[in-house]
Amino acid sequence: MSAPQQLSYAQAASLALEEAMGANPKVVALGEDLGRGGVFGQYRTADGRPLAAAFPERVLDTPISEAAIMGAGVGMALAGLRPVVELRVVDFALCAIDELVNQAAKNRFMFGGQGRVPLVARMPIGIWTASAAQHSQSFESWFAHVPGLVVVAPGTPADNYGLLKSALEGDDPVAYLEHKELWGLQGEVQPGVAVPLGQCRVAFDAGSDLTLVSWSRQVQVCVQAAGQLAAQGVHAQVIDLRTIWPWDRETVLASAEKSGRLLVVHESIQAAGFGAEIAATVAEHTGARVARLGAPRIPVGYAPVLEAQSRIGADAVVQAARRLLAR
Amino acid sequence: MSELLDLYRTMVRIRAFEDAAEAASQGGVSWGGAATDKVAEVLVKGPLHLSTGQEAVAAGVCAHLGHADLLTSTHRGHGHTLAKGADPARMMCELFGKAGGYNGGKGGSMHIADFSVGMLGANGVVADGLPIAVGAAHALKIQGLDAIAVAFVGDGALNRGPFFEALNWAKVYHLPVLFVCEDNRISATTPSAAMTAGENAASRRAEAMDIPALRVDGNDVQAVSEAAGRLVAEIRSGQGPRLLHAITYRLKGHVSVDPASYRDPLEVQAALENDPITLARDKLATRGLAREAEGIERQARDEIAAAVATARSAPAPEAASAYTDVLTVGEGMWQ
Repeated sequence: MSAPQQLSYAQAASLALEEAMGANPKVVALGEDLGRGGVFGQYRTADGRPLAAAFPERVLDTPISEAAIMGAGVGMALAGLRPVVELRVVDFALCAIDELVNQAAKNRFMFGGQGRVPLVARMPIGIWTASAAQHSQSFESWFAHVPGLVVVAPGTPADNYGLLKSALEGDDPVAYLEHKELWGLQGEVQPGVAVPLGQCRVAFDAGSDLTLVSWSRQVQVCVQAAGQLAAQGVHAQVIDLRTIWPWDRETVLASAEKSGRLLVVHESIQAAGFGAEIAATVAEHTGARVARLGAPRIPVGYAPVLEAQSRIGADAVVQAARRLLAR
Repeated sequence: MSELLDLYRTMVRIRAFEDAAEAASQGGVSWGGAATDKVAEVLVKGPLHLSTGQEAVAAGVCAHLGHADLLTSTHRGHGHTLAKGADPARMMCELFGKAGGYNGGKGGSMHIADFSVGMLGANGVVADGLPIAVGAAHALKIQGLDAIAVAFVGDGALNRGPFFEALNWAKVYHLPVLFVCEDNRISATTPSAAMTAGENAASRRAEAMDIPALRVDGNDVQAVSEAAGRLVAEIRSGQGPRLLHAITYRLKGHVSVDPASYRDPLEVQAALENDPITLARDKLATRGLAREAEGIERQARDEIAAAVATARSAPAPEAASAYTDVLTVGEGMWQ
């Protein structure tokens, strides 16, 4: 096994893809502006070269044509390839949502197992500073609602490497949701180490007064909040879900059973969000008291003061935790 | 003449299949209206989109395809699937929702498929098969495989984005794909002429993207076969995508329980006189092959009757199979 590398969140995913393309000629990547390395540099190797330089036939620049990108990805998969489909930002992926939900997610089942769609749809989520309502959304709960899709939301460079590696090895379609404001995040990546889908990670473990569950960028916020809570004498465990579907129910239930208090924190809108699913499951299976913290049901605004209404900082997490503990 | 006999056999098998499926689907409910007084057993429970009257297009195109060639279809896909080489008994089992159907009863008529002969599925979403065929063609090209992809599309799909997106993609990547517009001139229950801008939109929209197109009488199976053969040969020789615009007529309603009473009876009468199977049979008769034609018809009726009997007696799928073929990761997490 090679030595650990210090990589950005974007470079980590690129390394996983580069390794997969090197190992398997069936892996292809297609999307807008991939040829020059992707709009966020997430198709560039650690030394800055576009992945397309190494794999000119298999890293495809596509027209701005989301339905065709996703639909062609489905056709490629049915015809034997393992496509990675890039949708620039998840907001634009809505132009391809029919192809993802009605085709990619359904094909294996409705054709009785005759066809498989081993497709990874990379659809960056999240608030992206000053990018306003059409470039800042998070739709993990939408995808979690669709049978046939695996839903992944890595929060660190190591996980973006390891989870993408696992996603590329699977035979089912994956909604792979990277966060737009994590691209530059640096961290240690251990090449060769895949992260299994469906298993969470304990991101912070100060004790069992409270279980905090989160994913993607919000994990860092929760870790920060857990640090503040620890200073106040409240000892929380922070669980990074990493995979939204299937989610690691056993670990979350065990932690909530122990702590008796569960707070789910996510950047996406609280109403009908995936936090509700976790909170309800924990309430149904344990005696724990549950609470959710997500964004208000408003579009993300442009001006900093408006955008801030949709951001959830550590202070808000601490307050929500204290309210839950006081109940 | 043996070529015409082969085309005739394909058409007649499709017609027999559609007639049998139609009979099996009609049991007392008409579409968007009152119940009829029929109380036959309903063996096909779901919507059944028949291709009756359009057999010449399926037969003429698929005559030039092998099992290595990949095909996507519309929601009206029985004819394409049969013509591509699927087994009618397994197809009928699927329509009846039985175990032994191609999709294990999970898909039904709208998702009829036989991947073993390169038929990648009928599709319940109008125009969605086009980008899939384009991706399949792209996969063939990337893998250096010597085959082509074909996408059947109805004229009702011409106004959806994936039609334009797929044609553009096929052209810019120079892919081995044939688009076949099966132009039956009606979009569900509304005349396409009232809904689609431009005359001969299928072929002219392709030509606007520099995709060569041929327009053909879609009820003349020899004309379809000749045009398709030419286009398929061009595609196989590396000349890029092509479109075949076959003008035909849907003799039945949008779904099998739709009496299509919105149609002008004179138009229907004219269409019946232009039935592709009658036209081909007449041609065979004038060449002294009436007896052969009759034999083919008898054989097709027997084959499809056997398919119906097989489907009728086949068991229902196990209820537990509703939980398979969903996801491998997280299998067992249904709630």
